[in-house]
Amino acid sequence: MGLPLNAVLAQAMLGLNQGAFYALLSLGLAVIFGLLNIINFAHGAFYMLGAFVALIGLTQFGGWIGEPELQINFWAALVLAPLIVGLLGVLIERTMLQRLYKFDHLYGLLLTFGVALVLQGYFTNYYNVNGTPYPGIPASLKGIVNLGFMYFPKYRLFAIAASLVVCFLTWYVIERTKIGAYLRAGTENPNLVQAFGINVPLMITLTYGFGVALAALAGVLAAPIYSVGPLMGANVIITVFAVVVIGGMGSIMGSIVTGLALGMIEGITKVVYPPAANTVIFFVMVIVLLVRPAGLFGREQ
Amino acid sequence: MKKLTRSLVCAAALGLSVAGPVNAAGISDGVVKIGVLTDMSGVYSAIGGKGSVVAAEMAVHDFGGTVLGKPIKIIAADHQEKADVGSAVAREWIDRDHVDMITDILNSAVGIAVQKLASEKHTITMNTGAGSTALTNKDCTKYGIHYLYDTYALPVGTATAMVKGGGKSWYFITADYAFGHSLQDNTAKVVKSLGGEVKGEVQAPLGTTDFSSYLIQAQSSGAQVIALANAGADTINAIKQANEFGIVAQGQKMAGMLVFLTDVKSLGLNIAKGLQFTTSYYWDRNDASRKFGDAFYAKFGKMPTMDQAGVYSAVLNYLRAVKAAGTDNADAVRAELGKMKIDFFGDTGHIRADGLNVHDMYLVKVKSPKESNPKHGHGWDLLQVEQTIPGDKAYMTLAQGSCPLAK
Repeated sequence: MGLPLNAVLAQAMLGLNQGAFYALLSLGLAVIFGLLNIINFAHGAFYMLGAFVALIGLTQFGGWIGEPELQINFWAALVLAPLIVGLLGVLIERTMLQRLYKFDHLYGLLLTFGVALVLQGYFTNYYNVNGTPYPGIPASLKGIVNLGFMYFPKYRLFAIAASLVVCFLTWYVIERTKIGAYLRAGTENPNLVQAFGINVPLMITLTYGFGVALAALAGVLAAPIYSVGPLMGANVIITVFAVVVIGGMGSIMGSIVTGLALGMIEGITKVVYPPAANTVIFFVMVIVLLVRPAGLFGREQ
Repeated sequence: MKKLTRSLVCAAALGLSVAGPVNAAGISDGVVKIGVLTDMSGVYSAIGGKGSVVAAEMAVHDFGGTVLGKPIKIIAADHQEKADVGSAVAREWIDRDHVDMITDILNSAVGIAVQKLASEKHTITMNTGAGSTALTNKDCTKYGIHYLYDTYALPVGTATAMVKGGGKSWYFITADYAFGHSLQDNTAKVVKSLGGEVKGEVQAPLGTTDFSSYLIQAQSSGAQVIALANAGADTINAIKQANEFGIVAQGQKMAGMLVFLTDVKSLGLNIAKGLQFTTSYYWDRNDASRKFGDAFYAKFGKMPTMDQAGVYSAVLNYLRAVKAAGTDNADAVRAELGKMKIDFFGDTGHIRADGLNVHDMYLVKVKSPKESNPKHGHGWDLLQVEQTIPGDKAYMTLAQGSCPLAK
């Protein structure tokens, strides 16, 4: 192609940035699917909600409670938004999803899709569909750094690092610790695990809440980069589903690695043939499904 | 007997020939119905959407609520940015609800489809939302009016001002569909005609959320101006991310080819300051625009975009034409619209045979946070009108155009 090395590195860097978000989002989906067998279509809406909690906390919440000076800053939002949205997830699991486990996957999918539409509709009613910028980047993360081959915003470096740390922590907890072992065992044979005195329904509820919290965390991290808008989740969720399918439904490591790799592939496509940037992931999906129907890291069932 | 038959036939023929105009005079089915076909929930809903419906209702109210003694009714629907959905709604409106005029119709693909369908059914469309010049060229129709702006007029002001201001080399980031392509082509023509050059282009899919990759390519091209041939959320994200990567700070200029007031509001003055673009309406331009802006704000809580103002003006002028023609018959009203002066917030336009409403456009510049008075206009003191572009300079002439109806 004769592309200069610097340009390729720069695009790879941007791809990594995009990939980190894909990884974080598809990780949540993979956790929920792998452990609960729920196809969580509301994942994009929870991502959007996370971003809105950060935005509202910064610009509106103080006014609502009569303390206009009060601002919930970025760092606080990074903790609070996943908590709040995670709690909402727990509520949804307890009141609605729980009733659907004994039915086909489709019912869970339809329910979560409905939840997504309701949330999107609600925010569309009150906020600019084109998005509102999140003005609260912490001073320490403002500005750009010279990476040698390109100037890169500090904040994006932080977002990449934060996503990767969270991804690998999650992988470690689920695949390498005792809690993770309980979780995995609980999904294989809930009755047996319950017989050992472990509260499986509670564990499942918390897992759903955790998966949702991951989406919200991605939302907070995305807020300063993209505009915070009601459709931000709907735009990204289809791609993230493709990532999960390519990685192998339910595979934790698969979703992290594929997320990062596909972000890079998309990044390179943006230089080589821009009009295909939106579709390249789906081409990859088609090829992967033809060759390995269970996905790159999936197990045949 | 034979004679009687003959005179009967004559009478019948006479009756028929008389019946036509008699039916045509006055208001068909006792009500004038105007349909606002817009995007209610998608990427362009902040530009038109519910605000357009409010604007149309305000026009009816300001006109007096009735025309020729008959009531006026506004109905609205969401076309979801899809030409097939828009056409289905338009067909239902015309066939079942007897809608007399359809307006707004954001999105060029929907605009072209609906204009064609409506004209086949002898119904006037007054398109304020779509930009493609095709509406009054190869896809022009007898009853289709392109009211507010087009992709020819937009770059005339913006590109001319920027090239004259020293921005000789350009790089395009273009929305990869009909509207973006036509906007880029027209802008490039203006740039080249003034001695500028186009260094490169990249076609970004509609709805791209991360433009950083394209911006980095534009940056490394070394072009003085990075032009955005896109709209709505695409424009907002691109400008925001250009700011994030310090592109403007490092000396390149950003040019938005189609920017709406709500985009500026959404970006905030810190990021958008200094951005120049072309518009046909800004609320704080003159007394007439301020009057409408304030009234709209009181009803809707936001200042109107140029599209919403366009819907208001289109409905108002349509009703004036109905009144002057004494009927809502599409042929008579279209003829009247072609004759009358089109009042656009104190400006005067005229509608040509190809359906184009030729009126003045304005080059505006986004104020810096210092220049903006937060107390003025409820926080919407965002733009500075820099220059008026006269209608005949802004728009393609009939001779340049390719509409068969105008030849």
